[in-house]
Amino acid sequence: MDNVIAQSEPLMPRETSVHEAGYDVEHEHAFVPQHRHHFETEEQQREAGSFGMWLFLLTEIMFFGGLFFAYLLYRNWYYDAFVPASNFLSIKWGGTNTAILITSGFFMALAVWAAEVRNKQILVWTLVATMLFGWAFIGIKGIEWHDEWVHHHIPGSGYDVSEFVNPKAHGITDAKPLPPDMAQRTQIFFFLYFGMTGMHAVHMLIGLGLLFWLLWRAQRGDFTDGYVAPIENFALYWHFVDIVWLFLFPLLYLINRHPLAH
Amino acid sequence: MSHEAAHEHHYHDPANVTNPEHAEHHIVTPLQYCYVYGTLLFFTILTILAADWDMGIFNPVVALAIACTKAVIVILFFMHVKYQSNLIKMTVGCGFFTFIILITMTLLDYISRAWGLW
Repeated sequence: MDNVIAQSEPLMPRETSVHEAGYDVEHEHAFVPQHRHHFETEEQQREAGSFGMWLFLLTEIMFFGGLFFAYLLYRNWYYDAFVPASNFLSIKWGGTNTAILITSGFFMALAVWAAEVRNKQILVWTLVATMLFGWAFIGIKGIEWHDEWVHHHIPGSGYDVSEFVNPKAHGITDAKPLPPDMAQRTQIFFFLYFGMTGMHAVHMLIGLGLLFWLLWRAQRGDFTDGYVAPIENFALYWHFVDIVWLFLFPLLYLINRHPLAH
Repeated sequence: MSHEAAHEHHYHDPANVTNPEHAEHHIVTPLQYCYVYGTLLFFTILTILAADWDMGIFNPVVALAIACTKAVIVILFFMHVKYQSNLIKMTVGCGFFTFIILITMTLLDYISRAWGLW
């Protein structure tokens, strides 16, 4: 319907807006309860949601980006300290955790599919699997942190540099002994290590909390009736947290195994 | 005449009204997720093996290249960016581009200072 005609039509009831009149006549809509009236179409609503979620994730990129950048500069500055400190970390645990996190992300991706095809049972179970692997990741992270604590690698007054000053006395044969001043700089590595893996773990815990809520709503049937957005947007968050770890793992655990002689 | 009609038709593309963002709703199948999952695990093993191999200054380069490959795979398929509208693709691209600018500019400042020479 032409808007001009609608406006000049005196029999048009006042409460029917021009927009609404054109809207209803020109194209048909299947109205669904989750479709908000200020969106033209369901696709538009869906896209607006994804767009907003991505804007949030971009701020997260900047947040973690600052931490990664600090790591880059300090590794460049105190390279000799970062090498033995980094090699103290266990590739076995780090690699296992990478696989666990990818598995968790895989189940989250399947959860989105389950919500799309409206299968409540698969949705609930994939969300449970996502959570279990998420908690397994946190558990292994706890084992690793405990290991650092036992070795007095928590930065602060209780920090012990003896393993880096005299590695042979601690049974570490492949590390070069560090002068005491450089050995103190290993604290910066562990400071960044705990800061980066800690902030990552905080994001995981927030995600695991949200998963409880989503699971409760999913078993109530909220997301298997065509309303996929909360599952879809949470999946974006969960995969983003995965991606952060995909960079943390090589940077913290892997890249210092063959130190440059300089 | 036919050219005009085609033009007319293009101008009044009904999708501009019914789907202004031209966003297609694509459902990724579980089988495709399995392929993505296998690829990510493969690259995880590859990056651990690569760390064992002494490549000099290229160890961090290779590790980061593998990490970037994995991240792109996650973004395209797990996060469905491959199937999203151009607006979403541009948004994601702009975000990473801005991040690279920030890193590059800060590094330029860092490497252009006479560290230790004053």
